[in-house]
Amino acid sequence: MRFDVAPGPHTAPIASVPITMRRVLYALAPAALAHVWFFGSGFAINFVVATVTALAAEAAVLRLRRRPTRVPLNDCSAIVTAALLSFAIPPLAPWWIPAFGAFCAIVVAKHLYGGLGRNLFNPAMVGYVVLLISFPAELTQWIPPRMGDLDYQHLAFLAHLSYSLTGALPTDVTVDALTRATPLDLVKEGLRSAQTYSEIRAGSLFGGIAGRGWEWINSFIALGGLYLLYTGTIRWQIPIMLLVGLLFPATLLWLFDPDRFATPGFHLFSGATLLGAFFIATDPVSAAESDRGRLIYGAGIGFLTYCIRTWGGYPDGMAFSVLLMNSAVPLIDRYTRPRIYGRD
Amino acid sequence: MLEYTPDRRPTGGLRLPAHKEASTAQPIARGFVPRTLVLALQQHQGPPTTPVVRRGERVLRGQVVARARALRSAAVHASTSGHVRAIEDRLVPSVHAVHRTRCIVIDADGEDEPLPPGAGSAWPEDPEKQLKSIRDGGIVGLGGGVFPTAEKLGPQTPCKVLIINGVECEPYISCDDMLMREAAAEIVDGALIMRELLAAPECIVAVERDKPQAIEALLEAGRASGDASLRLADIPTIYPTGGERQLVEMLTGEEVPSTHYPSEIGYICQNVGTAFAVHRLVRAGEPLLSRVVTVAGDGIARPQNVETPIGTPIGELIEFCGGYRGDVDRLILGGSMMGYALPNDEMPITKGSNCLIAAARTEVRQDFSERFCIRCGNCGTACPARLLPQELLRAARDNDHALLDEFGLTDCIECGCCDVICPSHIPLTEVFRNAKFAHARYQRQEVFSAETQQRFRRHEERERADVQRGKDLQDQIRHEVETDEPARQQAIEAAIERARQRRSQDTDSE
Repeated sequence: MRFDVAPGPHTAPIASVPITMRRVLYALAPAALAHVWFFGSGFAINFVVATVTALAAEAAVLRLRRRPTRVPLNDCSAIVTAALLSFAIPPLAPWWIPAFGAFCAIVVAKHLYGGLGRNLFNPAMVGYVVLLISFPAELTQWIPPRMGDLDYQHLAFLAHLSYSLTGALPTDVTVDALTRATPLDLVKEGLRSAQTYSEIRAGSLFGGIAGRGWEWINSFIALGGLYLLYTGTIRWQIPIMLLVGLLFPATLLWLFDPDRFATPGFHLFSGATLLGAFFIATDPVSAAESDRGRLIYGAGIGFLTYCIRTWGGYPDGMAFSVLLMNSAVPLIDRYTRPRIYGRD
Repeated sequence: MLEYTPDRRPTGGLRLPAHKEASTAQPIARGFVPRTLVLALQQHQGPPTTPVVRRGERVLRGQVVARARALRSAAVHASTSGHVRAIEDRLVPSVHAVHRTRCIVIDADGEDEPLPPGAGSAWPEDPEKQLKSIRDGGIVGLGGGVFPTAEKLGPQTPCKVLIINGVECEPYISCDDMLMREAAAEIVDGALIMRELLAAPECIVAVERDKPQAIEALLEAGRASGDASLRLADIPTIYPTGGERQLVEMLTGEEVPSTHYPSEIGYICQNVGTAFAVHRLVRAGEPLLSRVVTVAGDGIARPQNVETPIGTPIGELIEFCGGYRGDVDRLILGGSMMGYALPNDEMPITKGSNCLIAAARTEVRQDFSERFCIRCGNCGTACPARLLPQELLRAARDNDHALLDEFGLTDCIECGCCDVICPSHIPLTEVFRNAKFAHARYQRQEVFSAETQQRFRRHEERERADVQRGKDLQDQIRHEVETDEPARQQAIEAAIERARQRRSQDTDSE
C-alpha cells in the first residue's frame, strides 16, 4: 500500500496565532465590561470605531502591499491592538480620536515596518502616543466613575454616540462639566503644589488603594493577566519584572517620605500598570526574545514608568516606557543570548 | 536498587499527549512468524556487512547471513528459517530517511527451525572476544541510533557511569515500557553484564515517571540482583529528556561538549532493549533476531507491541495487528516527533525500527500554511539545546552561514519541539534539516577553497623565492667581480681562455 509522505514532526501544532490573540481578547473582556459599567458606553464606542478602522486599514495596506488579506485579517491581532488602544484613550472622545490612533497603529507602527512580526514598536502604544502628543486636550477628557456618592453626570448611550460622531452634547451639558482629572493627575498636580499625599488621597475620587472604579477595572485586568499566565499565553518574566521594576522604587521612596510619594498600592492599581504588565509589555513581537532578556526588558519598563510618573511631564508613563524599551530590544537581545548546550 | 529523583529540571522540552494507552493495554504479542524476510546488509551506523549465503540456500533461524568484517559493524542473522530468494538492492528505512541498500530476501518456510542447539558459541572469558561476540551477535543500539554496541562497550575513555535509557519520552512509542514491565530481570542482567565489560563504577537506569509499572518491575529485579552499584532515576515526563545529551545533563549536570559523544566524557548510554539483547546473547547464546515494535495510531485495528523478527515487511506486521482501520493518512516509522513518513508498507522492519504509526487524518499535522514569526520566543523556551530557533530560521532563510554557525545550527537535535509549539506554524525542523545539508556543503566548499588558496599562495611564494635566489646569486657574483680586482682579472682571463679553447676546437673540427 502506498502513502503520502510529509515532513516531521507529525504531531499537530499545539498553539496558533489566532488562538493566542483570541485568548488575549477573552482576558480583556471582564475589564472592558467593568470599564463600561464605571465610565459609560464611551469605551464600547471607541472600541468599535478603533476595530473597524484597524481592520479596514489592515485590509487596505495588505492590498497595497499585494499580500493575501484573509489570513492576517483572521488572526485577530488588529482587534487586540484596537482593544488596547481603547483602554488607553478616555471614554469621552470624538470618533476620529480612536480612528486616527488605530490608523497610526496599524499603518505606521505595524505595516510600514513589514506587518505582524516585523514591527519594532508596540502598535497600540505608537497609536496612543501619536494621539497624546497631537491632541493633548482631547486625551484629558476622562470622566469620574459611576459611584453612588460622586458628583456624576450620566451620559446615556445615544448622547455618548452623538458626541462621538458629531461633537454635540445635550443642551444643558458641557464637556468641562462631564470630565474630571484622573487620580494619577490629581496626585501629580497635588504633589507638585506641595500638598501631602494623604491630603490628596482624602479626595472623593480615591478609594481604599487607588482611584475608585479604577481599582475594580485594574483588578479585572489582573485577573485576565492571571488567565493568560495560566493558559501559557504569556510567560511570567515580563509582567513580574515590570511590577518589580515599578514597585521596588515606589516602595523605597514611599518608605523614605510617605508624604511626597504615592504608595506602591496606588501605583499598582493606577493608570496602565497592570494593563501594561500583562497585556502591553507582553506583546511578543516588540519584546526581547530570550527569557533573560525579558527580565531586563520588563524591569526597564517598570522603572521608566515610575520615573516618568514621579519626575516626568506626564501623569502616566507606560506608553513611553514601552516604546523606549522597544527601541532597546535589539541591544538586549544581543547581550542576553542563552549559552548553547555543550558550548562555552 | 535505590530509586531516586534527579534534582535538576530538564532544559526546555514539552509535555505532549502520550498516545500510549492503546498499545500498552495488552502484553507484548509473541510468536509472530512472517512469510518473507528482507534483511538489509547495513542496519547499523558503520560499514555494511558481507553476505555469506547464496541464492536458493536454506537458512535456519539464528544463522549468520551476513558477517561483520569491520570493527564498526554488526552481523545480520536470519530471524526465521527459509530459502534465500535473492540478494538485491531495496529501499530500506534507516535512521533519518529511506535509503537504497543491498538486502538478502528470504522466503520463510513457516517452520521457524532454529540452528541445532550448541551451534552458537559460548560466552568467552576474554573481554576482546566478548566484544567480538557482541559484534557477531549483531547487537546494535535499539533505541533508534543503531550504533554498534560492541563499539560503545570497547576499551576507551574510562566509563564513569553506564546509563540504561528507558526514558522513552516520544509520543506513541511504548516498546521499551512493555519490555521493562515484562523482562525487567533480563534488562537488569544485561545492564550488569555491560557494566562489567566497561568496568563502570555505577549504573543508572533512567525511566520516565509515567511508567510506574516498569519502575516497579525494575526495582524488584534490581533488589533481586543484589547489586549495590545499580540505581533507578525517575525522570519527569517531558519530551525529549530521553535524548542522550539531555539525559546526561539531567542525570549528571554535565553537558556533553558540542563536538563530542557522551562516551568521550565518560558516560555510556544504552537502551533497555539493547540490554535485553545483550542478556539473550550472553545467557542463551541467541543473537539479535527480533525486537519489540510498537504498532500504534488510530489507523490500526489492534494497536499493540509485537516481538517482531528483524526483516519482517511492514505490511505483514500491520496484517498481524489486524490490518488498517479507516483512512490512513500517513504511515510513520518512529514516534510522532522524530519519526518520518514512509512512502509504502513494503519496506522491512530493521534493528532500529521501534515504532510504527498508522495515523488517521485527525492525529497528525495537516495544516502546512505558515504565518510570520511573531517573535514569541516559545521556540527558544522549548529548545532542549538552548538555541534561538527564530534567529536560526532567519539565518537559514538568508543563507547566512556565519550566523548559522553563531546560533548553533549543528547543535540542533531536530527534536521538533520548536516546530510543535510555534503559533505561526513555521516548519522550523524541516528548515533546519535542509539548512544542515546546505551548511555542510558550504563548509566543505569553504575548506576546499581555503586549501586551494593556501596551495596557490605557497606556490607563488616558492616561485618568488626561486627568482629571488637566482637574482641573489647573480648579484653576489657581480659584486665579487666588481670589488675584487684579482678575481676580476681571473674571470676575464678565464673567459678569454674559454673563448680560445672554443676557437681551437672549431679549427680542429675543420
